Amino acid sequence: MADVAMSGPAALSGRKLWNGARGIFAAVLLSLLFIQPDSARADEDAFAGLATTQFNTIASSVDQIAQQGGPRALPVLRALADKKLFAASEGDALFIRKGDSWEDARSGVPATPDETTLRPVRVNNRVRLAVAAAEAELELVSGTPAERQASATVFYQRHDPAMLPAIDKALSKTDDATLKDTLLNARAAALLSPGAPASDAQAQQQAVAKLRAAGGLDARGILAQASTEETLDPATRKAAEEAVSSIDFELRLWGFGQDAFYGMSLGSVLLLAAMGLAITFGVMGVINMAHGELMMIGAYTTWLTQKAVLSVAPALGSFSLVLAIPAAFLVCGALGIVIERGLIRFLYGRPLETLLATWGLSLILQQVIRSLFGPTNVAVTTPPWLSGSFHLGGIEVTIDRLAIMIFAVVVMAGLTLVLRRTPLGLQMRAVTQNRRMAALMGIRTARVDALTFGLGSGIAGLAGVAVSQIDNVSPNLGQSYIIDSFLVVVFGGVGNLWGTLAAAATLGIGGKALEPLVGAVSGKILLLVLVILYIQRHPRGMFPLRGRGVES
Amino acid sequence: MNASLSFRGASVTAVIVVLLTGVLAVGSLLPASSPVQVSPFIMTLAGKYLAYAMLALAVDLVWGFAGILTLGHAAFFALGGYAMGMYLVREIGARGVYGNADLPDFMVFLSWKSLPWYWWGSDHFPVALALMLVVPAALAGLFGWLAFRSRVSGVYLSIITQALTYALMLAFFQNGFGFGGNNGLTDFKDILGFDLHSSYTRAGMLFISGLILAGALLAGRYVVGGRFGSLLIAVRDAESRTRFLGYRPEQMKLLVWVFSAIIAAIGGALYVIQVGIINPGEFAPANSIEAVIWVAVGGRGTLSGAVIGAILVNLGKTLFTAWLPEMWLYGLGALFMATTLFLPQGLMGLMRHIPKKRPSEVTPEVTSPEGEEA
Repeated sequence: MADVAMSGPAALSGRKLWNGARGIFAAVLLSLLFIQPDSARADEDAFAGLATTQFNTIASSVDQIAQQGGPRALPVLRALADKKLFAASEGDALFIRKGDSWEDARSGVPATPDETTLRPVRVNNRVRLAVAAAEAELELVSGTPAERQASATVFYQRHDPAMLPAIDKALSKTDDATLKDTLLNARAAALLSPGAPASDAQAQQQAVAKLRAAGGLDARGILAQASTEETLDPATRKAAEEAVSSIDFELRLWGFGQDAFYGMSLGSVLLLAAMGLAITFGVMGVINMAHGELMMIGAYTTWLTQKAVLSVAPALGSFSLVLAIPAAFLVCGALGIVIERGLIRFLYGRPLETLLATWGLSLILQQVIRSLFGPTNVAVTTPPWLSGSFHLGGIEVTIDRLAIMIFAVVVMAGLTLVLRRTPLGLQMRAVTQNRRMAALMGIRTARVDALTFGLGSGIAGLAGVAVSQIDNVSPNLGQSYIIDSFLVVVFGGVGNLWGTLAAAATLGIGGKALEPLVGAVSGKILLLVLVILYIQRHPRGMFPLRGRGVES
Repeated sequence: MNASLSFRGASVTAVIVVLLTGVLAVGSLLPASSPVQVSPFIMTLAGKYLAYAMLALAVDLVWGFAGILTLGHAAFFALGGYAMGMYLVREIGARGVYGNADLPDFMVFLSWKSLPWYWWGSDHFPVALALMLVVPAALAGLFGWLAFRSRVSGVYLSIITQALTYALMLAFFQNGFGFGGNNGLTDFKDILGFDLHSSYTRAGMLFISGLILAGALLAGRYVVGGRFGSLLIAVRDAESRTRFLGYRPEQMKLLVWVFSAIIAAIGGALYVIQVGIINPGEFAPANSIEAVIWVAVGGRGTLSGAVIGAILVNLGKTLFTAWLPEMWLYGLGALFMATTLFLPQGLMGLMRHIPKKRPSEVTPEVTSPEGEEA
């Protein structure tokens, strides 16, 4: 860490200090400082300037500290930025406040100054800017790897030719490939910026090539500026112009990728919302208008689980979402079974009547939730492990949306397995295809009906867990998904999970693709109209069921 | 025989509607001191109920007789309302907030310079009437032609009608669409020179609404009462069989669909005149579904039932939301469930049981189309 270029006795002593017995050497250092003649101290003790009340002196002192480096430079500058650096009213002693105690700024040893004589070192914007630049410069050589990388990025973004020496210094010291690359970009950017030292055309064009390879908005900005920079070689300017258009093309491609990602994440929400319907509507022929409310109840279950976990075991708070998944499935599944036994079973064979009855049910469920938890949104927090994002090339991938996509795929896979590989799935298909014969074979059809509806409802609950992470959780949550969900099921082809998948993906990506062309709302309208028209041509959706069993 | 019963019912209902609105209209003109004076509040409510009754009648024509469960009929209602609203907004003229004689207030507010082309002529009442009838009819015609020709039916049709009204709602919510965006059209002053706030105009409008509703009942009775009605019921109960007999179900459906859209649109126009506002919320899919439940409560397949259902449910809504606002959604929800579970023929079906008709004689009229088609 202390492996840095240093100059002057103070810095040398400082390095020893850093490595070993602090107390003794601090004493030596202090005595050294005191016996030095004043003129020499002004040159070598860059900290002295901080003890003045002149902003200009403080700022130039900051620059000096940054140039000299040394182990005390960063702590002092940070203390200055945090307003924790204090100067004695007499002399130039400096102290850093550490909570209730103090340490000497120059040496870092604990000190007990007379607090009544201390005044904070003043900071204005100029000083603040100087501190930021100095910190970047210092971190570049002495920070942790992450700090170095961040500083290098700061250099790149500021691309101030005055920083070229610092960049070169850092380049000579680093072996880290990523850091080196960022530094080279910063170097190229600085070379192309106004005020750069004169360089030959070849070096300039190499710089252009480097930035072109780097890509991104920053590089585009620097290159666009360079293409109009009179002091640069004409060939360089032309190359910069070409590089700008090539970066623009790249950016547009990444933009498509970004839209596709958002579209797929939107599609996976639709898929989750529609999968339960694909069971209740597609398999059972029940139009469950309360499906959205089951999602809403799933979201509220997530919220309640979170509250319960926080009150019982606050340490596990960030994992309440994991617990909410089975909880929501069970709550909504059980509710679904109750609904089937209490309402739906009287209405089999009359799909339009199920529509009306479940619409009534949805109104009641909304009002129940409103009466219990109030009409406003409840706050479901996103756990830390789901927040944030990372870059995949030029695509920003937000982790919560990625998680929902994975979740949708897992639920879909699970559902397919249940339908294909379990006795319940077998019985469900048997009852769907020929209820009487299934009953004669000993299948308890009523029980299968209830379980099937419970399964569809449970999946609605799972969708609710997912939606709670990206949408407002309020009693109206269900309403905003019900029309889309039905469209997905009908568009995909009733009774076909793969159709549901395809329809959800098409609607999600289609919506995102139309958005930049015609705007969000018009895109949605256009999509609705397109689906309506599509259904005219293909009344049974994209993947219609075929065969004798299908009603005309 | 059931048919004849319900059709006689239709003319009885028509007469009752005209008499009632007449009484209300006269009552509203009495001096405020009179104990039987009808307040403007009640007049507005009555006007609203009549407009909703028109919508219910329209839904009943397609759902009760042709078996098309529409979840988007409020779209035609709202389109008719907007056509009338356009005329009423232009009637305000220079009396608006911004005092602009050529542009409605909201366009001035959005700094539009001239009227969009689709507003041309909207200041003439005949043009407004034509718009009110032609636009919903054209949309219904196009939609129905596409849907019925490609035999989209049952649930699929229901869901795309819902998507249709949803799309229209999104469109009308946009400021750029040119119909006042979120706020819709309001602040109307007068119609054909009559002050909309005067009690005489209100009384007249209510009576005219009553006459129009009665006329719609009789027209509906004429359309579905004769041979065409029997064929419609045949289509509803067994579409394939009717087709195999050589009829063209899609044409009959289209005809009754467009007719019904026009009735709904007239209802929307009456609504706007008497309630004084139209906004994109009228396109909300929930409104269409509520209209279906009015019909279900009153009695699907009986014209009077639709009118009675609409008035009773809305009366209930008015009372409930005034007394126990929390309870209204419970009440409406329970009504939906109870009607489908226990009253598949609605209140009219209940009434029919009183003269000791055996259920078997009644059932054919309410058999759902899906059951018989397979």
